[in-house]
Amino acid sequence: MLFNGFNLIKTIKFNTVRNLGNPVQMAKVYNSRNVDELIFIDMKASEENRSPSLEIIKNITKECFMPLTIGGGIHSIENIQKLLKIGADKISINSEALVHSEFVTQAAKKFGSQCVVVSIDAKRIGKDHYVFRNRGRENTKLKAVDWAKKVEKLGAGEIFLNSIDQDGVMKGYDLELIKKVSSAVSIPVIACGGAGKVQDIIDTVKIGGADAVSLASMFHYSGHTSNSIKERMQGSKIPVRIL
Amino acid sequence: MTTTNAIIIDYEMGNVASVAKALDKLAIKNKLSNRKSDIKKATHLILPGVGAFGDGIKNLTKLGLVDILNKKVVQDKTPFLGICLGMQLLAEKGHEFGEHAGLGWIKGETIKLNSPTLPHIGWNDIKILKDDILKNIPDKNFYFVHSYVLKPADKKIIIATCKYGVEFPAVIRHKNIFATQFHPEKSQLSGLKVIDNFIKQNA
Repeated sequence: MLFNGFNLIKTIKFNTVRNLGNPVQMAKVYNSRNVDELIFIDMKASEENRSPSLEIIKNITKECFMPLTIGGGIHSIENIQKLLKIGADKISINSEALVHSEFVTQAAKKFGSQCVVVSIDAKRIGKDHYVFRNRGRENTKLKAVDWAKKVEKLGAGEIFLNSIDQDGVMKGYDLELIKKVSSAVSIPVIACGGAGKVQDIIDTVKIGGADAVSLASMFHYSGHTSNSIKERMQGSKIPVRIL
Repeated sequence: MTTTNAIIIDYEMGNVASVAKALDKLAIKNKLSNRKSDIKKATHLILPGVGAFGDGIKNLTKLGLVDILNKKVVQDKTPFLGICLGMQLLAEKGHEFGEHAGLGWIKGETIKLNSPTLPHIGWNDIKILKDDILKNIPDKNFYFVHSYVLKPADKKIIIATCKYGVEFPAVIRHKNIFATQFHPEKSQLSGLKVIDNFIKQNA
């Protein structure tokens, strides 16, 4: 779930913004559909230099009885403490890790690696994938694989890997990016960006080696639910949680 | 019949708010507290927690709660539910970051899970050995986040196990003391059912 401070949104290539309404309502739907985990990113928080929207997040946690990862605007240990206190299980760090990488280690030491997700926004340039910051506007010149290895060393417990090129286009994940990163680290990699059909998801796990997949567009713009997708995944011998 | 008054022990170890909202959802009267006066009046006690063994015991001691918990749970037999770290702390001792004494209500030790990748994070099926507080759950999938497990000396108190590398106790019951290694408050309908069973079967 991407949030812009007012509404739930869905972007295309981190750009074109489509409005999806009330995030609390959507969290309720996801909860009733028994999704395995919810990732909520307040994508404008860092850009607008504000703290995470605690009130909205609090209302979401009330609706969710599954693990919850919260990201956006997390720049201090205090930010994390506040989020955990209102019901977050994990927090996702992006820009702060790029500015002060030691923050990842501090967070992992204080709350445990299982609590610290590092989110990486990557874009293909030529043969390689580079890490971008500031919502995909600025190339850090870091290679995605190198940065992934670094954050693992720093103490991250998971990597939330976003493909800027595939975001919202629903034409499949960037398998090469996922393969490169997931084979370079031993912590779980959650693939994000590009799912349009169930086969894309199966490929991401089987070919890309992703440990988990994250979806937005398919839930918003197709008839699929987490269970209908997982039934097909199970058919392809991927272990999933089905109700 | 007395009115339910569940006290969730707030000892600064992780995500205690989630347990409170699970009870809210079930319309069970509850309060997050670390005050002795509240604990004294509790009809049910819940000890949640995410974090390290040593810190957990240190915080309970620092807040002066060990004696009152001993009295309420061991002596008065108040129904008690330990969750995750709250289960591990029941052991006589724990081995996370050095050796620490635990609450000692369950004979046994808290040891590192013997599995190739740790922490164990995610949804796993449990194997139910006895129904008890697992009665009528819609599915057997629960959410785990841990690296250590409680290994009880008496295997008969284990009511469910889970396998992650090796088989380990997922739920135990010893008299009025219940504990789950998974997080029922994060395990959707099945998790809520476990909490509901714990409260209602011990009313």
